[in-house]
Amino acid sequence: MISFDHVTLHYAGATGPSLRDVSLEIPEGELVLVVGPTGSGKSTLLRTINGLVPHFSGGTLSGRVTVAGLDTATHRPRDLATVVGLVEQDPAATFVTDVVEEEVAYGMETMGLDPTAIRRRVEETLDLFGLTPLRARSLQALSGGQQQRVAIASVLAAGSRILVLDEPTSALDPVAAEEVLASLHRIVHDLGVTVVLAEHRLERVVHHADRVVLIEQGQTSELLDPAAAMAVSAIHPPVVALSRLVGWTPTPLSIRDARRRAGELRDRLADQAPQDSRAPVPGPTPGPMGQLRPRADSTVVAAADLAVSIAGVKVDRAGRRILHGIDLGLRQGSVAVLMGRNGAGKSTLLGAVAGQHRLAGGTIRLGRQGIDPHASAPRERVRVVGLVPQQPELLLYAETVSAECVAADRDFGAPDGTTDALLLRISGGLDPASHPRDLSEGQRLELALAVILAGSPQVLLLDEPTRGLDYGAKARLGAILAELAATGTTVLLATHDVELAAEVADRVVVLADGEVVTDGPARAVLSASPAFAPQVTKVLLPQTWLTVDEVATALGQTA
Amino acid sequence: MVRRERLQHPAAWWLWGLGLATAASRTTNPVLLLLVIGVCVLVVSERRDPATANMLVPFLVIGLVIIAFRVALTMILGNGIVGDTELFTLPRIPLPDWAANVRIGGLVTLESLLYAVYEALRLAAILACLGAANALASPRRLLRYLPATLYDVGTAVVVGLTFAPQLLADARTVRAARTLRGHDGRGLGELARLTVPILETAFERSLGLAASMESRGYGRAVTMTAGGRRLASVLALVGLLGILGGLYGLLDASAGGVLGLPLLIVGGLLAAASLVVGASRDRRSGYRRDPWTWTESLTVLVGALAGAVMVTGSAAGWNGLTPSQEAQLPAVPLPAVLALLLAATPAVFTPRPRRAT
Repeated sequence: MISFDHVTLHYAGATGPSLRDVSLEIPEGELVLVVGPTGSGKSTLLRTINGLVPHFSGGTLSGRVTVAGLDTATHRPRDLATVVGLVEQDPAATFVTDVVEEEVAYGMETMGLDPTAIRRRVEETLDLFGLTPLRARSLQALSGGQQQRVAIASVLAAGSRILVLDEPTSALDPVAAEEVLASLHRIVHDLGVTVVLAEHRLERVVHHADRVVLIEQGQTSELLDPAAAMAVSAIHPPVVALSRLVGWTPTPLSIRDARRRAGELRDRLADQAPQDSRAPVPGPTPGPMGQLRPRADSTVVAAADLAVSIAGVKVDRAGRRILHGIDLGLRQGSVAVLMGRNGAGKSTLLGAVAGQHRLAGGTIRLGRQGIDPHASAPRERVRVVGLVPQQPELLLYAETVSAECVAADRDFGAPDGTTDALLLRISGGLDPASHPRDLSEGQRLELALAVILAGSPQVLLLDEPTRGLDYGAKARLGAILAELAATGTTVLLATHDVELAAEVADRVVVLADGEVVTDGPARAVLSASPAFAPQVTKVLLPQTWLTVDEVATALGQTA
Repeated sequence: MVRRERLQHPAAWWLWGLGLATAASRTTNPVLLLLVIGVCVLVVSERRDPATANMLVPFLVIGLVIIAFRVALTMILGNGIVGDTELFTLPRIPLPDWAANVRIGGLVTLESLLYAVYEALRLAAILACLGAANALASPRRLLRYLPATLYDVGTAVVVGLTFAPQLLADARTVRAARTLRGHDGRGLGELARLTVPILETAFERSLGLAASMESRGYGRAVTMTAGGRRLASVLALVGLLGILGGLYGLLDASAGGVLGLPLLIVGGLLAAASLVVGASRDRRSGYRRDPWTWTESLTVLVGALAGAVMVTGSAAGWNGLTPSQEAQLPAVPLPAVLALLLAATPAVFTPRPRRAT
C-alpha cells in the first residue's frame, strides 16, 4: 500500500539528512506505529507519505515513495488527497471551514463529487464517528477530542484509504484520547483503512498497533512485531519497563495482558506496603527522584509552611465563569499536579496564580511574605512566581539560544551567565547558535524553563509541559522538578500525563468544571480512579504501586 | 402548517436587508427611521442564526456612537441651521478673520440639534439593516454562493475572517507571556519586541493551514484554461464593480440616475455571465446548498417593496419623508409606514432556524 524505496531526505540548509536510506513496505489494512525520540525524523517520514515533504516543505528526496501505486514525485499532495489523509496534533489549526458538517464535506467539494453523493457520505461519516449531535456546531467550540475526531472524519470522508496521524492524542486528556483511539480502532477493523501513526504517549497506543517501526536519527527498522519491538526499543511505556524488570516474555503491551501475568508478582510484593517509599521513613528510598527529597502524604499543613494559598478564587473569562471558588494551599517545597479534562480550568488557575487573569473573587497569596501577585508589578512578581506557558516558545524572542540567555539575565537582573548555567544543568547543553524556533519541543521547553528559573521564583508553575516530550525528556524534567522541590521551590504543574504525575507528584488535585473535585496524596488519588491511574498501578491493583522504580526497589528489598 | 426548521438562504436575507437599507436612505423622518430599526430588531430576535454571535448589537452600538458624535459636533461647531428655539449658549472661542465661516461654541438651537439627530439616525438605521443581515445570515454563508471564478477570493476572505480574531488572541497571549519575563508589555519598545513572536505565530499558523489545504485537495478540481479563467475573472470583477456602483447609486439619493438601478442590472448580468463561464469549467461541487423556496422570494419581495415605496415617495415628494426644520412632530406618510411594517413580516412567515445542539 505504501512503499519506501531507499528514501533519503535532505532539508535545504540542514547539516545531515533527516531520513537515511529508508526502505519499508507497509501492507494494506495495518495499523503501523512509528516510534522514536523527538527529532528522529518521525514527522518527516509521515509527511513524505502524502508528498507534503518535499513538495511543500522543500528539501531533496532521493529514492522513491509510492502510495497505492502513485509515485509522490509526480503527484502533488492535492492529487493524493483522495488516497492519503493527514491529521495533525492540533486539528484546530488545520480546519478550513467553521462548522462540523461543512468541514467533513470540504474535501469532497474540492474533488467535485456529486452533491447527493457528498450528502450521503457526510451522513455516513457523521454516524460512523458519532458526530451527528455535533453536526451544526462551530468547530472552535468543540473539545479537543471532538476536534480530533472531526479531523479524522473529514479526511476519511474524502475517500482516503490511508490515514496518517502525527501525535493525535498528545494534547488530549486520557478520556478524550480514548475516544479518538476507539474511533481509530473501529475504522481499522470495520473499513480496513491503513493507518500510520506517530505518538509519544506509547502507553496509549502501542496495544492498538499491528506493526511497529523504530526510527532513530532518520534510520528506520523494518516492520516489527509490537511485542518484539518493545522488547528492544529504548522508548517504551511503563508496562514494558515493568515487564523487562520482571522478565516476562513475550512482552505484554496492554494492561490486560500484563495483569494476567502479574499474579505471581503481586504475591511477591504483597507483604510490602508501597506507602513506605512515599512517606518520609528511614531506609533506602527508591530511584533517582526519591533520593532527592522525601515525599509527604499529608495535605494538611500549617499555615506558616504555605508557599501558595488560594482562597475562594473565582475567575471570569470572555463573560463565562471558569473557576468557581477554588481553595488550595501548597506547602513549600512540594510538587502538586493539577489534572482534569481539557477545559476544566487548569490553565486558568495557573494563569491566575501567575497574576495573568484578574480575579472575580477570592485571594491568592504567594511565598513566605504572602505576596499578592495581582497587586505587584511584573518585575517584582517574577521573583515570587514563574510560569512556563503551554507554548514555551511564547517566552522566547531572541535569534539564538545564547542571545536568549543573555536577554533573560538582563530581564531578571541576574548575574551574567546565570541562565546559561541553568540551561547547561537542565538540558546538558544546547547549541548556543541555533534559533529557538528550530529546537525540538523538548529543548524549547528546557530553554523556557531556564529563562523562568533565572528569576529564581519561589513558586514554579508549568502548564502542560509534556506535550511532544519523549520518555527521555520527560524523565529529565521529572529529575529537575524533584531537585527544585528539594531546594525549596514549590512546584505546581498542570498535565494530562498520569505517568509524569506518578513520577513527580506529592499531591494530586483534580479539577472539573472550575471546581476542585479531588485533592489528596498522589498515591491515593492516582490509584483510586481508573482514568488517572498510571499503568503500573493498573497492573498491580489492588496494590498501589505507582512507578516501575518503586517496584524495582521493593523487589530488591525482598531479594 | 409546520415548516421544517432551517436557515433561510443567505442571499434572501441580504437582499431583504438591502431593500430596507434603501428605504432608510430615502428619509430623515425619525418615526420612519425608528420603525426601520424596530423592524430589524424584531426580525433578528425571531430568526437570527443561533450558531453565530448577534452582530446586530455592535452595529446598533456604532449607530448610537454616531448619533452622539454628531450631536456633540453640532453643539460645538453648529451646522448652519438657523432655528428659533434657543436651548443654551456655549462659550464662544474667538477665531481670526480668515476663519470667519467657522465657529466654535456659541448658541445652540433645538432645530440644529434635531437636524443633526435625524441625519445621524438615518446612518444608524442603514447600519442596523446591515447588522440585521449579518445576524440573520453570516457573511461566511453568503460567500459560499460567490461565483466559482471568485472561489479563491472567497476562500481568502474566509481565512482572513478566521485569522483576524486569532491574531488578536495571539497578541493577548504573547503580551501575557511577556509579563512572565518581568516586563509589563506596554510602551513602544515593548510593542516592537512583541511583534516578532506575534508574526512568527501567525506565519506558522498560515503555513499550517496552507499545508492542510494542500493535503486536502484544495485547487485540484479546477481544470480551466488560462484564457477561460482570465475571461471569467474579468467578467466577474466588472460585474462586481457594477453591482457595487449600482448599490451606491441606490443608497445615495444624491447620486445621478445612471448610477443606481441600471448599473445594478448591468453589473448583475455581467456577474451572472462570469458565473456561467466559470462554472462550466469548475468541477468543484457544493454540499447542502440552501434551497430557494417561496419564503425566500417573499422575503426579498417585501424588502424590495419597502425600498421601492420609499424611493417612489421621495421622487414624488411625499410630505414628511424629509421633515421640515422646525421643532415639531413631522407628518408620517401612511404608505411608507405600511411598506415598512410589511417588511417585518419575514419574522413570522420564514422558517425558524434550527437550534444548535
